[in-house]
Amino acid sequence: MVQELHRLKETPSQTAGPYVHIGLTPNYCDIRGVYDGDLGTTMVNDQTLGERITVRGRILDGADTLVRDAIAEIWQADSAGLYNSPSEMRGTADPNFTGWGRCPTNAENGYFQFETIKPGKVPFKDGRPMAPHITLWIVARGINIGLHTRIYFSDEAEANAIDPLLLRIEHRQRVETMVAQKDGSIYTLDIHLQGPKETVFLDI
Amino acid sequence: MSANSNKQPETGGFFARDRDWHAPALTPEYKTSILRSPQRALLSLDGTISEITGPVFGHSMIGELDNDLIHNYARPGESAIGERIIVHGRVLDERGQPVRGALLEFWQANAGGRYRHKKETYLAAIDPNFGGCGRAITDDDGGYAFRTVKPGPYPWPNGVNDWRPAHIHFSVFGHGFAQRLITQMYFEGDPMIWKCPIVNTIPDRKAIEQLIAPLDWGQTIPMDARAYKFDIVLRGRRSTLFENRLEGN
Repeated sequence: MVQELHRLKETPSQTAGPYVHIGLTPNYCDIRGVYDGDLGTTMVNDQTLGERITVRGRILDGADTLVRDAIAEIWQADSAGLYNSPSEMRGTADPNFTGWGRCPTNAENGYFQFETIKPGKVPFKDGRPMAPHITLWIVARGINIGLHTRIYFSDEAEANAIDPLLLRIEHRQRVETMVAQKDGSIYTLDIHLQGPKETVFLDI
Repeated sequence: MSANSNKQPETGGFFARDRDWHAPALTPEYKTSILRSPQRALLSLDGTISEITGPVFGHSMIGELDNDLIHNYARPGESAIGERIIVHGRVLDERGQPVRGALLEFWQANAGGRYRHKKETYLAAIDPNFGGCGRAITDDDGGYAFRTVKPGPYPWPNGVNDWRPAHIHFSVFGHGFAQRLITQMYFEGDPMIWKCPIVNTIPDRKAIEQLIAPLDWGQTIPMDARAYKFDIVLRGRRSTLFENRLEGN
């Protein structure tokens, strides 16, 4: 016999279901008066440092049909590459930037959309710089465990080319599934849950 | 203030997720998963600082009635109809350490199984005094509690005659974005649990049992509300013994 590890098992995930808005964005689904506003709707204020951008995207299923009942959450560094988190030990992040946003996919046009700032570079575990990116997490009816991926930027081709995570994608044509296309200050990325254009999802 | 409030925040990477314990993405008995499940392998990566960090929410954002679903949508002097219960428990990590300051959000149907949502068409009545959402932030022991009414079972268009067991949805933030979790809590003794295609997406019976809250007679308040205890386990972090890289992490 050996000693026991005494580790607990993680609580298993379950789908967020079709009525996830009741809990996460109650004002969006007309449950008013319980909370002042929906969490994660505003990431920036007038003092936030950095380049203002809009990041948006749609989520499509294996039949290329819009997923209109999803919730997208993003998590990103500030313009200097620092996270607004107690676990950030490299410095103090911009206090005028939350780094976290939450948005339901729109019931009509299917878009999630965030008014945010372009994140700075943050280091990979071995110190190499990662290209500017936003962590994206998606839940919805039919998704048993939340899907993690990243949003990179089409105007950061040089940084993307040496990004340690993107370099690990064996099938190189799939890299573009994580790169949002720039049009002015708007970056757009469609997330494909399944099929030939399937987004690279992460086990992190 | 806690005796531990001067402790350094933890910055280690997370234990790898056991994806055989969780449901797979494709679970055809739960029909919507068929077209919404990725078919390619996930790209595995030990967490970087982008996932080790995560948003942390202050206790100041929590309103007085946020954890009282019996009253937080009710007209003055009125309350939601149904079996009054308290749901409480602790948020721990896989090492058994309390997760302090974790934001929990919960949502549920009313006592008749009706959700307050425009897409919902079930003929059971809306309760004018019940909204169905609440939230809490864990204390220094990882503890949380809320008051609500026990939700009713609910029919849904999956199989011809599928019904969800009584359940409460939970959304949990730990300290790192990689800990982000959404799950559902079920109630001890409910025979509907084992018939449910969503419950049965989870392959291991022991994992399902981790989602079933026992009746907690000891915490029941006489002449007021019964209690159920639901503990939640988030991914554990490695100790930072050998995580201090010269390059900085």
